[in-house]
Order: sequence, then C-alpha cells, then structure tokens
Amino acid sequence: MTQTNGAPRSFQEIILRLQNYWAAKGCAVMQPYDMEVGAGTFHPATTLRSLGSKAWAAAYVQPSRRPTDGRYGENPNRLQHYYQYQVLIKPSPPDLQELYLGSLEAIGIDMALHDIRFVEDDWESPTLGAWGLGWEVWCDGMEVSQFTYFQQVGGHDCHPVSGELTYGLERLAMYVLGVDHVMDMPFNDPDAMIPLTYGDVFKQTEEEYARWNFDVASTDVLLRHFEEAEAECAAILAQEHIDPKTGKRIIMAHPAYDQCIKASHIFNLLDARGVISVTERQAYIGRVRALAKQCADAFVLTGAGGHTAETAA
Amino acid sequence: MPDLLIELFSEEIPARMQARAAEDLKKRVTDGLVEAGLTYAGAAALSTPRRLTLAVDGLLAESPTIREERKGPKVGAPEKAIEGFLRGAGLTRDQLEERETPKGAVYFAMIEKPGRPAAEIIAEVLEDTIRNFPWPKSMRWGAGSLRWVRPLHSILCILSDENGTSVVDLDIDGIKSGNTTRGHRFMAPQEFTVTGFDDYAAKLKRAHVVLDARERAEAIWQEATNQAFASGLDVVEDKGLLAEVAGLVEWPVVLMGAIDAEFLGLPAEVLQTSMKEHQKFFSVKNPKTGRIEKFITVANRETADNGATILAGNQKVLSARLADAKFFWENDLRTAKSEAGMGSWVENLGNVTFHNKLGTQAARIDRIAALAREIAPVVGADADLAEQAARVAKADLSSEMVYEFPELQGLMGRYYAEAAGLPQEVANACEQHYSPLGPGDDVPSEPVSVAVALADKLDTLTGFWAIDEKPTGSKDPFALRRAALGVIRLVLENDVRMPLDRFFDSQLLRAESAANGGLPEETVNSLLQEIAEHGVFGSAFEAVKESLGGSPAEAFLNLEKKVPDTSDDLLSFFHDRLKVFLRDQGIRHDVIDACIAMDGNDDLTLLVKRARALEDFLKTEDGGNLLQGFKRANNILSQAEEKDGVEYSYGADRKFAEDPAETALFDALEAGGAAISPAIEAEDFAAAMRGMAALRAPVDAFFEAVQVNAENEVLRRNRLNLLSQIRQVCGQVADLTKVEG
Repeated sequence: MTQTNGAPRSFQEIILRLQNYWAAKGCAVMQPYDMEVGAGTFHPATTLRSLGSKAWAAAYVQPSRRPTDGRYGENPNRLQHYYQYQVLIKPSPPDLQELYLGSLEAIGIDMALHDIRFVEDDWESPTLGAWGLGWEVWCDGMEVSQFTYFQQVGGHDCHPVSGELTYGLERLAMYVLGVDHVMDMPFNDPDAMIPLTYGDVFKQTEEEYARWNFDVASTDVLLRHFEEAEAECAAILAQEHIDPKTGKRIIMAHPAYDQCIKASHIFNLLDARGVISVTERQAYIGRVRALAKQCADAFVLTGAGGHTAETAA
Repeated sequence: MPDLLIELFSEEIPARMQARAAEDLKKRVTDGLVEAGLTYAGAAALSTPRRLTLAVDGLLAESPTIREERKGPKVGAPEKAIEGFLRGAGLTRDQLEERETPKGAVYFAMIEKPGRPAAEIIAEVLEDTIRNFPWPKSMRWGAGSLRWVRPLHSILCILSDENGTSVVDLDIDGIKSGNTTRGHRFMAPQEFTVTGFDDYAAKLKRAHVVLDARERAEAIWQEATNQAFASGLDVVEDKGLLAEVAGLVEWPVVLMGAIDAEFLGLPAEVLQTSMKEHQKFFSVKNPKTGRIEKFITVANRETADNGATILAGNQKVLSARLADAKFFWENDLRTAKSEAGMGSWVENLGNVTFHNKLGTQAARIDRIAALAREIAPVVGADADLAEQAARVAKADLSSEMVYEFPELQGLMGRYYAEAAGLPQEVANACEQHYSPLGPGDDVPSEPVSVAVALADKLDTLTGFWAIDEKPTGSKDPFALRRAALGVIRLVLENDVRMPLDRFFDSQLLRAESAANGGLPEETVNSLLQEIAEHGVFGSAFEAVKESLGGSPAEAFLNLEKKVPDTSDDLLSFFHDRLKVFLRDQGIRHDVIDACIAMDGNDDLTLLVKRARALEDFLKTEDGGNLLQGFKRANNILSQAEEKDGVEYSYGADRKFAEDPAETALFDALEAGGAAISPAIEAEDFAAAMRGMAALRAPVDAFFEAVQVNAENEVLRRNRLNLLSQIRQVCGQVADLTKVEG
C-alpha cells in the first residue's frame, strides 16, 4: 500500500501527494495548460492525446473556470476559478479502479472508515463532441472524482480507449482536511513561516471575477471575440499541410485547438452574463463542437495523433 | 441433471440497468439452451452493482440425439446425383440403405445428429449472449473491442451435479471462465471458489454481498422505517429511489441523520429535490409539523465507528448543498418581494431568446398573455387575472433556484408569487400551467390555471407550426405531441367548449408577426381584432385588406393562404393526437374518423361527445339497426348517383308514393326528423341516434315492397330523393359512411 505519512495538512500537500502518487505509477506529470478552460479535459494532453493509436499516460493540475459558479467567495464550496487534477491513461489499464482507490489512500482517505461508491455518470461534452461511460465517485455522499472511459472525442472513436480521472481538488481537499468553508482551507502548511489560507490567496479574485463575469464583461466584445476565434480556427486549419517556408509537413492542430478553447470559454462567459437562451445555447455549443471536430480531424493527421508515412499511404 | 451457475463480474453497473440486464441474461441464455435442445427445470437471475448472476436448475446433461431419415436418388441414378446426395447428408456410399418402393429401388440415408454435452452448448450460448448483450449503452475499454456496460473482469461458469463441479470453458477476448468470484469490494475483496448456487450465495453473504436486489431493497426499507419510527418520524416513500439505492450497494447499511436547523425553513420540495437528486437521500418527515427534518442515506459498508464518519461526511455534503439552495431561495425571495417583484425576472427574460425565429422569452410571454386573455371567458376565468398570471407564470425561469433545479420550475413560481403577495389564483397558475406533463399528470381545473395552461401550449404549437418546425417520425425536440395532448386533456377534462380554429388563427398571426419583420404591428392588431369579433380568418383578412387599400405588403398578402393552411394542418395534427388518445380509451378509429368528418370538429369536447355516443350506440342493437338502415339506403343511393352523375338531394314528394311501405317511410322520416333535430340541437346524440335507429324497420319494409330503380323515371328519382333524406337525417350525427361493419 502506498505510504501516506499520516493525514495531509494543507491543500498543496494533497496536490503534491497526487503528483507523487501518479508519478510513481508511471504518468508523465505535466503542467497546467496556459489558457482559460472550463475543465481539465480541455488540456490538449487529454483532448488531443486521447485520439489516435499512441499510448499515453499523463497527470496534471488544471486551473479551471466556470463563470456561472461564481459566488463572490461567499459560498463554502462554489468557485468560479478552481483546480482540477486530471489523469489520462491510454489504453485504460485493467486495474484503473484499484489505481484510483490507491490515490485516495495516498491523500489520507481511510477505506475502512469511508463509504466509496461508483455512481453512474455518463460523461458527455457537447462542446468537444466527446462522450464516455463511467461514474462519479462518491466518498460519503460527496462527489470526489469523475471516472470515465472515453468512447469518442471530437467525433472520432477512441481506439484504444483512454481512462480519464478528474478530481475536484478543492472539494476533495476540504473533505480530507475537514474544512467547512473553502476560504478557510490551509493552502500551505498551517505551521509554515507565513501560513496562508485558500481565502488569502483567492477570496479577492473570486469577488472581482464574480462581479466581472456576471455584470460587467462586455457582451459585445465577447460576441466579437467568439466570432474571431471561430474564424481564426478555420483559417489555421485551411492552411496547406506543407509549410512553404520550411518545406516540412506541419499541421497546426494545436494552434487551431487554442482557438477552439477560446471560443468555448467565451461561450461560458456569455452564458454567465445571461444572454444566451436555451435554444441559442444549442447553436453556440454546436459551433464550438464543429471547431473541436476539425481540430481532432487535424490532430489524427499528425505524428502525435498516430500518423505515420504508412498510415498516410 | 446438472445445475448451471453463471456470474458475469464487472466494474459497477448503473443501478437503473441492473434488473433488466439480469432478466435479459436469463432470457438470452435459457432461450439459447432450449433452442439447442437443452431443457431445464427452473432459472433465476439476480444482480448487484458488480455482478449479473444466472442460476439454471435441472439442465439436461446433453442435448438429445436427433435421427432423421432422408430419401435420396433411385438406385442406378447418375453418379453425380448420388454424390451430391452423399455430400448433403455427410455420409459415404456404404452407409446408404437401398429400399424397394413402388417406384423401384431408392437410396435412403439415416442421418444421426448425436447429442452434444451441455458444457459445449453453454459455452457457445454464453459467448453469443455476452457478445450481443442488449445494454442500453455499452462501451469498449483498454485496447480491446469487446463491449460491455463497464469493463468485464471475470466470468464464473460452472456445471454441478452429484459427482462434483466442473468449469465450462470459455475464453472471450482473453477473459477466461473459472469457478471463482470475489466478495464486497472493500469488506471482502479476496477471491474464492464456489461449487454451486447455494454455496455461491452463502459465501457471498459471508463476504458481505446480498445477491438479491429485492432483498436489499426490503432490508433498506425495513431498517429506514424502523429508524424513523424510533424517532417518531416517517420516511417519505419513493419506490424509484429505493430501487436505485438498492442498485448502488452490495451490503446496505442504513444511516439516519439530521438536517441542520438553519435549512428547515426551505420549502419541503426544495429539500426533497436537493436530497434526492444530488445525494440519493430519503426524506424523513415529522408527521406533526409536516416538515422534513431528517434524511436517510444508505452506505455500502460497515465500519468500526458504526458509520459515524460516513454519516458526518454525508451531513456535511448535505449542508453544503442546502447552503446553496438557501442562498438561491433567499436571493429569490428578496427579488420577489422587492418593488419590481417578479417583473424584474420577466424583464430579464427579454434578454433570453426562446427560439431564434420566434424571439425572446419575454415576447413569447406577451403572446401567451394575450391569448390567455382571449381564452379566459371561454373557460370561465377572469380575463385580467388570466393575463396577469400568464405574465408571471414563467418569471421563475430567471430565478436562481430554477437555474439550479430546473425540475422545480413552476413550483418555485408559486412560492415566489405568494411571497410577492399576488392573488392566489395567479400563484397557483404559476405552478399548474405546465400541467399536464405526462399521461399520469393531473390536469388543472382552476379557470385561471386552465386559461394559462391552454395559452402556453397553444402558443408553443402555433409558434413552431408557423416556423415549420413540426415533429417528424420519432423526432419531436420541442415536445409538441405532448403539448397537443396536454391541450386535449385540458379541454376534455374541464369540458371546455372552444373552437380551436379561431384561437389557432390569432396565435398564428402573433407568431407570424414575431417571426416576420415585414408585418406592421398595426395590421396584425386589426386582423386580431376582426378575428376576435367575427371568428373567421378569411373575412377578417378581406376586411383588413380593404381598409389598407393601395398595395399591401407582400408579407401581409402571404397570410391569406398561409394562416388557414397552417391552421388546418395543426388541426389535423390535433385530430391525429386525439385518435391516439381515444384509441387508448377503447374508441374505434373509424368511429373517430366518422366524427372528425363533421362540422365543428375543432371543438374537441363536442367531437368527443359525438364519438363516445356513437361508440356506445354501435354496441347496442339499435346501433346495428341504425348502421344497417343507413348503409342500405346509402349504398343504393350512392350507386345511382355515381351512375347518373347527379346528387339526389332535392327532397322527395309524398304524392308520388305508391306503396304503403313508401308512405310509411315518409311518415317515419317526418316523425323522426321532428325528434332528431332538437336532440342534435341539444347535443343529445344518443337520443338522436335512437330516433335514427327507429327508421330501420320502415327502411327494411320499404326495400321489401318497393323497387327503387323503377321503370318510371319520376318514381325512381323520387325514391332516390327519399333515400337521400335518410342519408341526410342520419348524417347529422356522424359521417356513417366511415364506420366499418
């Protein structure tokens, strides 16, 4: 059994333990993607790398933004900016459930005292044209992770299938640390030289963003940015595969995908501003999905997407 | 006779799929066995979150040998023919038998299909079952291509009899069958071997797995009610939730916890919805106060601290959830009680598009309010109240609570309207105007609610009809069939007398003007005014066209055809829905057709009244008489009309009557007509039909005595015109030509 060194004492310690655990299990520990995303799944290390035939194993923290969840830092566990921990292993190993449970023990959850349940939750990302089957994992009635076997991404069947684990870090950490309000959670060790709580780090930004997200963000500007990102994505993918300058085959799947991420986030902001109706929603989601699909189409033509000279022939 | 035990062990199967999957396993495997000749005494299927189990008792040890005699070619037939026969039978020449027949010597083959051992057949059937299992949703995993609901880990497949137990060998994409399984994921994860069903079930129980879902559900319910009872409380019954929870645990442990006092003021529905949807908790009610004060959660394991940690965790999660709900509730109440009240939410709906061709939610609410006002007098509601209710009925869509729990729409509207001090009828309409949602849902009966519910649904239907987004085949993304059925039930169950046509026309116009910028508001308003006054679109259109003078806009001219056509199409959609609805209530489709063919078929209450009367009447002896009398007259008349190319409807003249039977028919028609017309007038269709049935005897006597197609052309015409009178009289209740039989 993995060594846990007793109960963790801070938010960051839980993150570090997850990093160590998954590193020990052989995942490449990656860094967050440098763009605004709604969830760890949007990181190209998941979205794009789950496509194609190449094996892959990655773990990383991803700061995520859900503008509609902003509560000015007042709600004990709702945040417009939060962290997800993401693991993606392709092909999904047969003991993925056990590996996952091992990670809970690594962060101090004692299986003998807690009630862990796998509750059906089929994951679908209409914006990514992706779906998979799996569960929410409950610990004592609290959803601590999302566990998914990817079946399709960007409209492509996943072959082999990736197993994806997503941990909502704040909620999980609050539970493990026994904290009732996220802002009271120790961010670093309570005995550190300068002890900081989650609130010390994020209370003010939650307020600022909540105000901006809900009431100030210019919808005209956002609508324009959405259109621009959409156009840029298409323009990037319309380029010849052979770069005229270097003469190399360079398909720009990732730069195009950045635009898709942008469009998706802008859509979330527009949603928070309350200017998108139920029926219009579908249209916007469809537009983002179209971008995701084109990016997926492009990615599988690249080397990382499993493309070789033979598969091309 | 051996017993068979199969267990398919996988990662957690969704609770809602388990029972069905166990039954499918049983059906597919036993069907396959029987088809291969293996009969059995009994079979039982069971399930837990991680396993599907099938036990088959008293199976044949092998399938019976089948002997078949096949007749071949004649002795001395060409070599080719004999060879072909041998190939087909799978025999050699020396195995054939020569037999004398009246046609000479003929070869016969005795083919014997030897029985096969059960294990061989089971392996084939089980593999086929696994590979073609009807999961509602299945998946692949790892690098393989096998599909199962979640990754399949092991297959237990054993045959046991008095001599012992043997594994049925099977290898499906690398998953080999065996005689082992595992217990509870956490409490007894070790592998163990089993020798048969009893051994299996007993060992599983020791390994903290209750195999039977019903046993788990009963245990949960028993324990839950006991714990609640001990505190003087009641568990709120929820069979769906119970079944689901029983599918989430292998070893149920019931724990009851308290809801933090600060949340007890939330509406009971909010508590219940939040606890059920998010946490799968049962609500526990205090019968004295009617309030929900506690919750029941079901854990999947025993712990050294008797569940204390688990319960504390669940309580904390619940408090966080309810803190959210309370936050929404308080914010919403603040808004509802503010000066702007629910109006500020409605205003907000001005920024929300309902459909890109039909404008915003706020614009839609305007249309619904206008229609609710028009419908109000028809359903006995106060027009001002109906309009006011329509204006706030959807306001809660902007509330925070409904954003979080969409299933509470309407209900929250009622709470907020009450908080805002709006009239009770208005508050009730907020909740009830969505009803009826499903066939089992109650239909509102308060007039204001009825008016708004009808206006809401009719607006949806006319709106989507106006922009040509009608349901096709299995596609009905806007639930328009449900909306139409809702209208039908609202009208029928409240005995509402409303000509739908007229309301279709006005609402289609409103939708047109929303969808079509080319229509000046003024023109639309004058059209609506005309329709309201005269009830007919055609003349309203003409009147407005005239008043416009000059050359009206094309968008306006297009309405002349579009509105009536769309309206007719929508009405026939309603008639189709009505047919389905009435057929479920045992009314024959031809009876409905016969009534739809009548005037006033947009008054559904009248239409159904007719249909019910006709349906009942046709079951009586008089009904048969009416139909036969009518058909006899109608057939002869129709043939003559077709032959002569004219319609005999000029009225018959008594002075040409020759035979007493003919005169008697004149008398009967006169007497009948005097009785039937007032009955029709009073919509007493049964009485009218009794009157018509009385014509049977005179009609029969008439045909007995009189030759309709007389030589004398005057007599013939007169008699045909007499028959026409019968048709006309009988045709007042329904188009009987459409009735079968």
